[in-house]
Amino acid sequence: MEHYHMNLTLKVWRQKNKNERGRFETFQVKNISSEMSFLEMFDVLNEQLVAEQKEPIAFDHDCREGICGMCSMYINGRAHGPWHHTTTCQLHMREYKDGDTIVVEPWRANSFPVIKDLVVDRSSFDRIIQAGGYVSVNTGNAVDANALPIEKQKADESFAAAACIGCGACVAACPNASAMLFVSAKVSHLALLPQGDPERKTRAVNMIQQMDKEGFGSCTNIGACEAECPKGISLENIARLNREYIGAVFSGSGEGNA
Amino acid sequence: MTLNSKIPAGPLDKKWESYKSTCKLVNPANKRHLDIIVVGTGLAGASAAASLGELGYKVKTFCFQDSPRRAHSIAAQGGINAAKNYQNDGDSTYRLFYDTIKGGDYRSREGNVHRLAEVSANIIDQCVAQGVPFAREYGGLLSNRSFGGTQVQRTFYAAGQTGQQLLIGAYQALERQVALGNVTQYSRHEMLELVIIDGKARGIIARNLVTGELERFFAHAVLLCSGGYGNVFYLSTNAMGSNVTAAWKAHKKGAYFGNPCFTQIHPTCIPVSGDHQSKLTLMSESLRNDGRIWVPKKQGDSRKPNEIPEDERDYYLERRYPAFGNLVPRDVASRAAKERCDAGYGVGASKQAVYLDYASAIERYGKVEANKQGLSNADARTIRELGEGVVKEKYGNLFEMYEKITGENPYKVPMRIYPAVHYTMGGLWVDYELQTTVPGLYALGEANFSDHGANRLGASALMQGLADGYFVIPYTLGNNLADDIRTKAIPTNHPAFEAAEKEVSDRINRLMNIKGKESVESFHKRLGKIMWDKCGMARNAQGLKEAVEEIKALRKEFWSNVYIPGEVKEFNPELDKAGRVADFLELGELMCLDALNRNESCGGHFREEYQTEDGEAMRQDDKYMYVAAWEYKGDSQFEMHREDLNYEVVHPSQRSYK
Ligand SMILES: Cc1cc2nc3c(=O)[nH]c(=O)nc-3n(C[C@H](O)[C@H](O)[C@H](O)COP(=O)(O)OP(=O)(O)OC[C@H]3O[C@@H](n4cnc5c(N)ncnc54)[C@H](O)[C@@H]3O)c2cc1C
Ligand code: SF4
Ligand code: FES
Repeated sequence: MEHYHMNLTLKVWRQKNKNERGRFETFQVKNISSEMSFLEMFDVLNEQLVAEQKEPIAFDHDCREGICGMCSMYINGRAHGPWHHTTTCQLHMREYKDGDTIVVEPWRANSFPVIKDLVVDRSSFDRIIQAGGYVSVNTGNAVDANALPIEKQKADESFAAAACIGCGACVAACPNASAMLFVSAKVSHLALLPQGDPERKTRAVNMIQQMDKEGFGSCTNIGACEAECPKGISLENIARLNREYIGAVFSGSGEGNA
Repeated sequence: MTLNSKIPAGPLDKKWESYKSTCKLVNPANKRHLDIIVVGTGLAGASAAASLGELGYKVKTFCFQDSPRRAHSIAAQGGINAAKNYQNDGDSTYRLFYDTIKGGDYRSREGNVHRLAEVSANIIDQCVAQGVPFAREYGGLLSNRSFGGTQVQRTFYAAGQTGQQLLIGAYQALERQVALGNVTQYSRHEMLELVIIDGKARGIIARNLVTGELERFFAHAVLLCSGGYGNVFYLSTNAMGSNVTAAWKAHKKGAYFGNPCFTQIHPTCIPVSGDHQSKLTLMSESLRNDGRIWVPKKQGDSRKPNEIPEDERDYYLERRYPAFGNLVPRDVASRAAKERCDAGYGVGASKQAVYLDYASAIERYGKVEANKQGLSNADARTIRELGEGVVKEKYGNLFEMYEKITGENPYKVPMRIYPAVHYTMGGLWVDYELQTTVPGLYALGEANFSDHGANRLGASALMQGLADGYFVIPYTLGNNLADDIRTKAIPTNHPAFEAAEKEVSDRINRLMNIKGKESVESFHKRLGKIMWDKCGMARNAQGLKEAVEEIKALRKEFWSNVYIPGEVKEFNPELDKAGRVADFLELGELMCLDALNRNESCGGHFREEYQTEDGEAMRQDDKYMYVAAWEYKGDSQFEMHREDLNYEVVHPSQRSYK
């Protein structure tokens, strides 16, 4: 792989806190290596700002391996940028060339208020899980793990849904700011396993209720979420969630526990 | 103070059982009046908090990320060990115990390690009951794979995302307790001080990272589950935020630090590509099952790897360790790579890398596949294609990650790898009950020093974190809290809370008022370089002494020339980082002192003065068969206390992989 260096123009959203209005600010960065990750390019910019005794740009990140779900940049109009199945931290600068302009914004959704610059508050996702995204089993109650064989295909499907990293890109990508892909991934992960079966009806209903309460928009089958999801969570999960939900409501077991 | 490890009496395999059946209990009505603080929501913290919430304690959890689900545990790839013997290949509790003691190069406690092996099987049961989607076979039963340092298949996994799935399981159990009102969760909160009242840990001071306000929290007991300190090296496979602050504050308040110099350096990571490098990415140990590691036989050879003929390649692990070949333990593989690169045989632009080559595996698998498909005279290209298909199925996600980061296709060109800091075996000293030397203060998971001795085996950190949280602390905490049921909640306007908060705010103000010229990041990088060069894969007395002086000087410079932008009372990641780097600058010194004290080579600790003629590690059991537990006595003042290790069951011997 040939390495090269580039100069770039960055237009980045700056916002002091939740209450103040934000605006774009333009920066120039020089001599960026094509081998850097996108966040390393931001490190360079931030070091430059600190050297000028200016405030660096706040952004969320932790693992930088595409697994913790913390990074969350909306890059040139796309959640996590242009690469397929890739988080912001795994995007690398060889995607860009000298002279490019890159626009970077935070996730935009009413249910993800901006904390500062590119950092948003995603605690609504925790509250959706609290509403039912679990199996009610206390420590110490378990039977032998192999006492309950699970069909490989089911297990694999459940695993594919469980791969969700809770990043919120699906919400950011959706024109309605719906959280259906996230909710459906959790409902599917558990509904496909026998362990999750006893609570499947209340789970679907309560999680959807909480999602609505948090102010996420409704799903109109646009599919932008699936296209931008870094973990390839499929729209089939939304279809499954809808079936679970309708089944639960019609069987009358959809009494929320709220 | 004499160290009492509180290992129960009796035969090794009855100790835990007898502890559990005789320890004191707290009745449910009293549990409701007992507050517990859990700092950290990784595998150790989330499992502990959920289990204690279920028991009825009033729990508060803290983490610095925006959600408990993002703790560094999420990044673990390979798997989790358990002595289930589902493969019928001769595994047992004893064998897991023995492998762990031996893998740790005989520097851990028999009693603790045996308990770990005993509860390992319960962990898998618990996780499956929660809905953790482990890999399964076609018959619907759980699948296992092998990992380094063992001869059985006891590793459970969920593709390359085992840590994620285990953590999500624990996180969901935790969120359930939040919903039930048993746990209150404080995200984006960082513990910055421990509060001690009448000699007992009774609370913490935490900074709300969104508002910048300091907040006070009372509890009858405090559990530190704050992870490891590998980031003292700046570059490591740890998440960017992983830090030592919680443990270090506790250390300065009286908790001894055990074996701080025991660091694990993982042999297969993607090498540094330039000064901009912010972290290193692990390539799972499982890749060494099929890949062959080599460097050119000629020094400074600048040919492309595919242009170097077979007989001009040095498969140095196979050459040096014919019995184990590419599958020697982590510490041995790492040192061998360093030796070749230092001698001038390294590859890639930086020359700090070796090749991990899949060409022969692709060919081997391709031939097998061609046979299976009845293609008797398949040409080389078909064989290659078939072989690539097999490799993709086994390691596809890792190859993809490698390609994303390096832009090179590892199916066609050998991967470049180099060792990187990965895990810290050292940590807060704890007794059998996981209690530190401060009464009421406990340490779980990677934050404690307990079970891995001088070297951890693959897939054992996840096991230990969950063992501590799900199965050990619920008993041992009760045993101690049974004497505390009459203690009423202490109001947080108590003078001890006032004083602790003042200490924190004074320190923050001091940091902000330095208004120097150099960034926090730059100091962190400079510290990392000292640590890596002088307290890394190979250490010697001379270098360690220099490092101590260099770190002291760097610390002085930091406290007079660091620049932190922004305000205290706002979201300010630079300030968060400054506090962490300030603590690393103190810890680094202690690590070097510990490495200097330990005049032997064992596990991940390699002192160049103590090696055999052919470069293997040499332990000094007669002198160093002990845990070094360090007490903080003031700036740069540490006193070492020994906990002697007594092996009653296992007979320590020199490890050999030839
Ligand atoms: C890339 C990688 C792969 C790995 N793969 C494996 C594997 O396959 N198998 C295996 O067994 N092990 C593996 N390990 C090791 C293992 O993942 C860790 O040792 C283990 O997960 C640590 O868990 P923990 O709960 O102790 O801490 P962590 O998961 O590190 O959690 C620390 C918690 O403490 C919180 N915290 C820290 N400081 C503070 C503070 N001051 N205030 C408030 N909160 C704080 C954090 O927010 C976080 O919630 C791997 C490690 C890495 C780096
Ligand atoms: S469904 Fe995909 S995009 Fe949405 S939170 Fe999960 S991983 Fe992120
Ligand atoms: S920083 Fe963890 S997924 Fe990007």
